[in-house]
Amino acid sequence: MYDSGKIIIGIIIFIALFTFPTWYLFTSGEAAPMPDLVYPENEDQKECVYSAEYMRASHMDLLNEWRDIVVREGKRTFTTTAGKKFEMSMTNTCLGCHSNKAQFCDQCHNYLEVNPYCWDCHVDPSQLENQ
Amino acid sequence: MNLFFSFSALVILILLAVIGVEAVKLEFLFGVIIPYVAIAFFLIGIIYKVIYWARSPVPFRITTTAGQQKSLPWIKNSKLESPNTTLGVIGRMLLEVLLFRSLFRNTKAELKKGPKLVYGSSRYLWLAALAFHWAFLIIVLRHFRYFSEPIPAFVPFLQNLDGFLQIGLPILYITNVLIVVALTYLFFRRLFDPKLKYFSLASDYFPLLLLLGIALTGILMRYFTKVDIVSVKEMAVGLFSFQPVVPEGIGVMFYLHLFLVSVLLAYFPFSKLMHFAGVFLSPTRNLANNNRMKRHVNPWNAPVRIHTYEEYEDEFRDVMKASGLPLEKE
Amino acid sequence: MSEFKAKPEELAEKINYKTPHKSWMDPYIEIKHGSFNYSGIPKNVEYLKLPNPRKWQPTEDEWQLPENWKEIILTGLKERLDKFRSLKIFMDICVRCGACSDKCHFFIGSGDPKNMPVLRAELLRSVYRNDFTTAGKVFGKFAGGRELTIDVIKEWFYYFYQCTQCRRCSVFCPYGIDTAEVTILVRELLNLIGINIDWVITPVANSFRTGNHLGIQPHGFKDSIDFAVEELETIIGIKVDAPINKKGAEVLFVTPSADYFGDPHYFTLLGYLALFHEIGLDYTWTTFASEGGNFGSFVSHDLMKSLNTKIYSEAKRLGVKWILGGECGHMWRVLHQYMDTLNGPADFLEEPVSPITGTKYENAKSTKMVHICEFTADLIKNNKIQLDKSRNDKLKVTFHDSCNPSRAMGLIEEPRYVINNTCNHFYEMPENTIKEQTFCCGSGAGLGTDENLEMRLRGGLPRANAVKFVNEKNGVNFLGCICAIDKATLPPLMDYWVPGVQVGGIHELVGNALVIKGEKERTTDLRGEPYVEKAKEEIETSTKE
Repeated sequence: MYDSGKIIIGIIIFIALFTFPTWYLFTSGEAAPMPDLVYPENEDQKECVYSAEYMRASHMDLLNEWRDIVVREGKRTFTTTAGKKFEMSMTNTCLGCHSNKAQFCDQCHNYLEVNPYCWDCHVDPSQLENQ
Repeated sequence: MNLFFSFSALVILILLAVIGVEAVKLEFLFGVIIPYVAIAFFLIGIIYKVIYWARSPVPFRITTTAGQQKSLPWIKNSKLESPNTTLGVIGRMLLEVLLFRSLFRNTKAELKKGPKLVYGSSRYLWLAALAFHWAFLIIVLRHFRYFSEPIPAFVPFLQNLDGFLQIGLPILYITNVLIVVALTYLFFRRLFDPKLKYFSLASDYFPLLLLLGIALTGILMRYFTKVDIVSVKEMAVGLFSFQPVVPEGIGVMFYLHLFLVSVLLAYFPFSKLMHFAGVFLSPTRNLANNNRMKRHVNPWNAPVRIHTYEEYEDEFRDVMKASGLPLEKE
Repeated sequence: MSEFKAKPEELAEKINYKTPHKSWMDPYIEIKHGSFNYSGIPKNVEYLKLPNPRKWQPTEDEWQLPENWKEIILTGLKERLDKFRSLKIFMDICVRCGACSDKCHFFIGSGDPKNMPVLRAELLRSVYRNDFTTAGKVFGKFAGGRELTIDVIKEWFYYFYQCTQCRRCSVFCPYGIDTAEVTILVRELLNLIGINIDWVITPVANSFRTGNHLGIQPHGFKDSIDFAVEELETIIGIKVDAPINKKGAEVLFVTPSADYFGDPHYFTLLGYLALFHEIGLDYTWTTFASEGGNFGSFVSHDLMKSLNTKIYSEAKRLGVKWILGGECGHMWRVLHQYMDTLNGPADFLEEPVSPITGTKYENAKSTKMVHICEFTADLIKNNKIQLDKSRNDKLKVTFHDSCNPSRAMGLIEEPRYVINNTCNHFYEMPENTIKEQTFCCGSGAGLGTDENLEMRLRGGLPRANAVKFVNEKNGVNFLGCICAIDKATLPPLMDYWVPGVQVGGIHELVGNALVIKGEKERTTDLRGEPYVEKAKEEIETSTKE
């Protein structure tokens, strides 16, 4: 008694599951679209509170920190390492420059299935304008 | 000694990855070549091993019954512990594979004065094993957000479930805590239970340490050292679609994580971790207790030397005759 | 018994679970007196045409192995890996989780770490890893590999003859790894170089020649049965019919030879005779297959087959319709899980139907062999026999599930049903010691010798301790069982750990309780001892006088 049939089915299931990412990528249509971010165009908006590199990996920590400081300590001013002052506000400061949520925030968030709960309370200003 | 060997092996592996990426800048080696080689080892190794097993037949139906057989119609048959149908066997295997049924039975024997033997239930091993395996599975599935585009629906589903406590930012995943706690428990029980320590091999400590290494580097990346996950996904998708790219500036922690995963994959088919496939082929579990209902065929059932009735009667004819026993030949 | 003098409390106190400092990988063993079995005598090894017959003892330094013993073992192992998927799986997938470690009665009773099922199997696994796996070939000792040496062989002998193939570990193992399977195969390997024990080899040789382990020749067999018939007559007043080698009978009855030669098996035999008479079963005994047990299964799959073949061939020669099997443990492992595969298909027999109740034994339709407890339970359920439970009133009964019926057959409720219908006082032992979790008698798989007594008493401790529990709590004085080895080895075990508990078969209880048409007024049970009520009455009347 070898049960070869069942074992072969088992092996096929194993291969199918393990290679799922590959055949899924090949069968799900177009090659994976990379996030395509639209950056602010005005010169005075070229400079963010931190470097782009830092922001890419850690913006959520910064936003979290700002929220705590604003809500719990009532402070509203943030000074960058270069000495420039910003208001600690996602809507006004962050979204002031990165005004298009769909073309900025959502690009990476959707790409990686990140579901921040910023938008549980905050509104997307661009949506507001459209209305 | 065994622990020392395993621990040193892990440290060497970590140093290898750190030096390789940080000092020698071998990102392509650690990010592309090694993962591909590891995946090849994993896939081919596992298939090879399963075929190696499958090449030997199952000569006898040696089910271990853990419940009432099916016999007389009015005696309740234990359909899952002593299954006599394929459906029952599937049920038994599912219980075993998904819920670790047998481990759930675990007891601890203690000899007290008297002598008096007592058996307490002992389910920490079951709990830790279950926690580890399920957490590991969920974590692997959550990683599909890096592997696939568009992301399948099970990923957000698992993320929401796993993160429903909504603690911290990025959100704390329950499985991340579970896997570390479970692995730590499984590791320390090997050290502190003298029986286990006595028979644990290097190959018992090593996978635990390796998995802990993988879990901790992952957790460090998510919550502390940070990594640009867009680049990570770019790289992962590149790997899986055979268009490997090595984006800049991903950071050493990621390469370390990836390297340890590669080691795990490559090591897998050569190790006890093959229990994941072997459990399906275990003849005491995957066969029905229908031995007397349905004949099991042994392909090599070889002839053996036998003593026939004729030989027997020839030897004992006189005494049989004398005592009045019937004979074939007078 | 003579050599072993330690008192129970002393023996128990000596049990030490501390692990030694020395690694288990160093194959050092001390062959301890009281914990091993003597070697097979050359005459019988030769008779069975097994390799390397010679005079030797395990206590000697030189075991006189063939020059190329290592090659023989490794080739033999390779061969078995190719023939048994079970062996490959069990060698490859153990994760050493330790769930089995304290499930073995020999470990509980000896504290010897190599009696943990995991380590017992590691004794072979380490050699397998060293010579048959990539990891072992590359990393050697670090991958848990171990070179096969003479000392490893000696260790195998010592520890694989300290396993009774009870399969309790297999119930608890998350992958169902079955140490019994490993033990059978290691014993096969050891036999290839002439390492075996006499308590197995001699019965096998006997059974091969005379049809039974005890070496009883046909006329001796007939005398035993005739004597039992006479003995039963003195108790019930009826001379029952017990046909032997009768052609054309409906049912062939096969039972272990100890039943007609051993005590307390004998009373079970009387029970069978009474029962078959009462229901008018058309059956026959056989001298050629006068052994249900199969010590061949304690040596190798080949010898198991050799001995087992007699049952079907005798059934064919006598032209019976189906086969009924008596109370025995390993016998039923072989009958239930191996016989049909080894010597079937039994297409010359009919699917078993009870001639008394008309019940079809669907569960035995291929093998065509029915367990006596299945048979009797069906009789009782259909009200075909009348039972007077009060005749067993002096007995406070508990039931020892024998390893194989419980863990290889799942025969759990049938004997209980019979017991509950034959006596008024039945008490279960604690749940971790019965049914699929039952503990071995400590003497199975050929280990029931006097020279091995200390290890048997140690291995039997968990069973005895559970009996002691119900003995103290419920006054249990009768340990029922359905295994010939149990009946032979539980009495000394009880005498040692729980004095005052009798051992007997379930069909002894049946025979006691069975109301037989036309029987004389019974004054004694099958053991010839007065029923308790009668005894009391007699005492009362005698004191009045």
